[in-house]
Amino acid sequence: MTHPDISEPSGHSGAQAIKTTAGRSIFVRRPFFTAALLVALGYVLASVFAPWITPYSPVAQSIDAMMKPPSVAHPLGTDSYGKDILSRVIFGARYALAIGFFSVLIGATGGLVVGLAAGLSGGWVEWVLMRLIDSILALPSLILAVAFIAILGQGVDKVIIAVGLSLIGPFARTVRADVMQVRVQLFVEAAHLMSIPRLKVIWRHILPNVIFPLAVQVTIRISEAILVSSSLSFLGIGVTPPTPDWGLMIAEGRAFVSFAPWMSAMPGFALALLLIALSIVGDGVREEFDPKLRRGA
Amino acid sequence: MLLHALARIGQTLAVLFVVSVASFGLLKLAPGDPVQIMLGSEYSPEAYESLVAEMGLDQPFLVQYAHWALNFVQGDWGTSFVAHTDIFTHAFKEALPVTLTLASFSLAFAILIGVPLGVLSAVKKDTAFDAGAAVFALTGTAFPSFLLGILLIWFFGVKLGLFPVMGYVSPWQDFWTGIYHIILPSLTLSTYFIAMITRLTRATLIEVLEQPYIAAARARGEPNWRVIWVHGVRNIAMPLVTILGLQLGVLLQGTVLTETVFNLPGIGQMLTSAVLGREYAVVQAGVMMTATLFIGVNLLVDLSYPLLDPRLRDRK
Amino acid sequence: MTGTPTLTPAPQPLLIVDDLSVHRGAAKILDRVKLTVEKGETLALVGESGAGKSTIATALMGLLSGAKVEGHAELEGTGDLLSLPSKQLVKLRGQRISMIFQDAGAALNPAYTVGRQLISALRRNLGLSRRDARARAVDLFSSVGINDAEARLSAFPHQLSGGMQQRVMVAIALACNPDLLLADEPTSALDVTIQAQIVRLILSQTRARGASCIFVLHDLALASQSCDRIVVLYAGQVVECGPARDVLERHRHPYTRQLKSCVLEIGRQDLEAPEGTVPSHDSMPPGCRFATRCPRALPRCAAEMPPLTPASDDRDGASDHAFACWNPE
Repeated sequence: MTHPDISEPSGHSGAQAIKTTAGRSIFVRRPFFTAALLVALGYVLASVFAPWITPYSPVAQSIDAMMKPPSVAHPLGTDSYGKDILSRVIFGARYALAIGFFSVLIGATGGLVVGLAAGLSGGWVEWVLMRLIDSILALPSLILAVAFIAILGQGVDKVIIAVGLSLIGPFARTVRADVMQVRVQLFVEAAHLMSIPRLKVIWRHILPNVIFPLAVQVTIRISEAILVSSSLSFLGIGVTPPTPDWGLMIAEGRAFVSFAPWMSAMPGFALALLLIALSIVGDGVREEFDPKLRRGA
Repeated sequence: MLLHALARIGQTLAVLFVVSVASFGLLKLAPGDPVQIMLGSEYSPEAYESLVAEMGLDQPFLVQYAHWALNFVQGDWGTSFVAHTDIFTHAFKEALPVTLTLASFSLAFAILIGVPLGVLSAVKKDTAFDAGAAVFALTGTAFPSFLLGILLIWFFGVKLGLFPVMGYVSPWQDFWTGIYHIILPSLTLSTYFIAMITRLTRATLIEVLEQPYIAAARARGEPNWRVIWVHGVRNIAMPLVTILGLQLGVLLQGTVLTETVFNLPGIGQMLTSAVLGREYAVVQAGVMMTATLFIGVNLLVDLSYPLLDPRLRDRK
Repeated sequence: MTGTPTLTPAPQPLLIVDDLSVHRGAAKILDRVKLTVEKGETLALVGESGAGKSTIATALMGLLSGAKVEGHAELEGTGDLLSLPSKQLVKLRGQRISMIFQDAGAALNPAYTVGRQLISALRRNLGLSRRDARARAVDLFSSVGINDAEARLSAFPHQLSGGMQQRVMVAIALACNPDLLLADEPTSALDVTIQAQIVRLILSQTRARGASCIFVLHDLALASQSCDRIVVLYAGQVVECGPARDVLERHRHPYTRQLKSCVLEIGRQDLEAPEGTVPSHDSMPPGCRFATRCPRALPRCAAEMPPLTPASDDRDGASDHAFACWNPE
């Protein structure tokens, strides 16, 4: 801690950022990351092969098997309509991942456009765009998504759009920060001097420097998108029943928590495990590939 | 210093303006014709025209906005179609205090538990305690709060019967009953923040404890507890307050979910039922209150920096 | 501290460091360092960056973390500093031994006024009342050359210049009249014009209080001008030690010569290193560590470690000048 002579002459932080390429593979160095990645891949596989691996249809009701606790026939129990929770949880992964992925795609694309515009325009246009980004950021993503849902209405497609739009703010901010950084670097200045068309500068010099950090952000934000979308469903204003959505299932089970706690707990743990896995993956990706380590974004 | 504050305030007003225009636009974008809704199923074209004129809907957008903004600032937020109550009374005087109570109790919990936990794991760096705190911090930040709420209801409410699981009593009116009712919701909401503050405190304090002034404090005979709590923790205040300000949004959206889990009559419940009932004016009120709160608190955070870091007091 | 004063002709030294070694992982940062500090004496530790000078000071203060410390450091009247329980060590710090750091700006807590940092030390270590401590603080500030002392007490560190900050550090370090002051390159972060002032201030203040001082420097010329004795360190080992004049004028170790020839100018931030590189801490050769860069190296130097040998060059026979070299000058 107290620095002895050895750390005197050179700083130690500079060398750290470059070490990703050298040394052992990331999977060996980060066992937690690897495990979390495998868990996340498991969810992806489960959602792709859902129709073949689920024992029951996710929407099939059964009067004989209502609110049964976990058993051999129904490993995770059944809900108040006798629907098999395991099958619904597996199909739920489909919805969670699809909503997460597509809404982040919308958010990242929108953020890229707004961020590029804000970073490259300068002057009062930049000021206005920045205040616009600020005002989007002034609302937490869930509240913003609620507002969009109010206009759009409910349904899977609406949730994707609402969550996607609510994510534009944070994406735009990071894109703008990256653009600003590239802009001041000499090669872009030089390209301007040589009177290369503006679009070409953006395409050749700015985009490549912005896309990579953006991809890192996408990995990190997928879990946020999944959380917000399942929150919407939990509030009863997102996906509509009988869609096997985790948030919806948790909300349905809430009323029965005193005598059938598995109804909420099972889809809840599926969601929690995915979110934890994604957050470990996100942390790993950020620490590994983001030299700036944006704090608190 | 003063100039900086003024610039910051100006910026804040600009953001508030944009938010208000956007949330006014929300009303305009919303599907359905408000006049039609107000008139019901049977009406004459004349009645329709006169109501349009009465509501000022034939005016240009900016005029309508100015009219709306003026009313909004004066506390005239319109009337609910469904409940036929004044929205300002419902949203500002009834729902907002519930949300603020829940949010402040959760924040207090989070700081009182998170900071000591973070300090301990920074001091006991690389021990079993630190590893345990790290696992807690990771799960705590990723765990969905509404699930946690249900689990807490199930465990403390149903299994142990220790706490009430529903209903709200204001702690400002009946302190102990209020506290009793708010403990489980606050615990639910604060878990994310405890975890986050633990993580942040640990990371920043480890950095601070490597600073030469910490070694210098030890060198002049300061006892260990003073070195950590007086010289160390004092210097993490600024990053902590900054992050808390930025994370206020997460706190507010957490209250929305927690209120639904525990049936608390706050902004969250108000928003949810407004969305289901298509009461855009109520949604608008909720959006405006949340945004104003967030922007206002972050302005305060920014203006408080000179208090937290003396070096900023002399900046031009 | 207690007990009847004995009337010995040669007084007991204040500090005897014996075989002080510091390991950090596989790296051996200090290797069996021996040194003695007499009462009221000023001892200079000289060497390049990385030689282990600052490590000695931090190890003596018990502030070295993440490293394994071996050996003994007998402080007169107290016992072995290196094996003292931390509670007792905390009581010694500031009262019997204190330290001045390289960069005063970084060694003062930015969140508190300089007065508060000084006064809290006075109150805790000397048990003074708030008012007495404040009066004492004003006196101390004046004595280290801070004008308008009363007003400066309520200044935050960032409001003071580098020189002023270091004066404040001197005042804090000497606040409780310690017996031993460790000054760890106290001028390396300062402007050249102020460096000499601060060095003079530290020396005059310690001498006025009859305290001893270990001065960590990398400037041999400055060391010989200002200190009584010099210890030259190379790669964690003592290569030459003795009275300042002897080490400067009658040096025997080739490394001391190189040090002398490279810096004769006060204020050089870093040495122009002699040819070749210092062996890294985790791959030290079995022989003399300087052999790789030494113009006088013999085959024996690479194989066998030279012991510290007395240099019998004394004028009056009382000098403890010694060096570690197989082929001395």
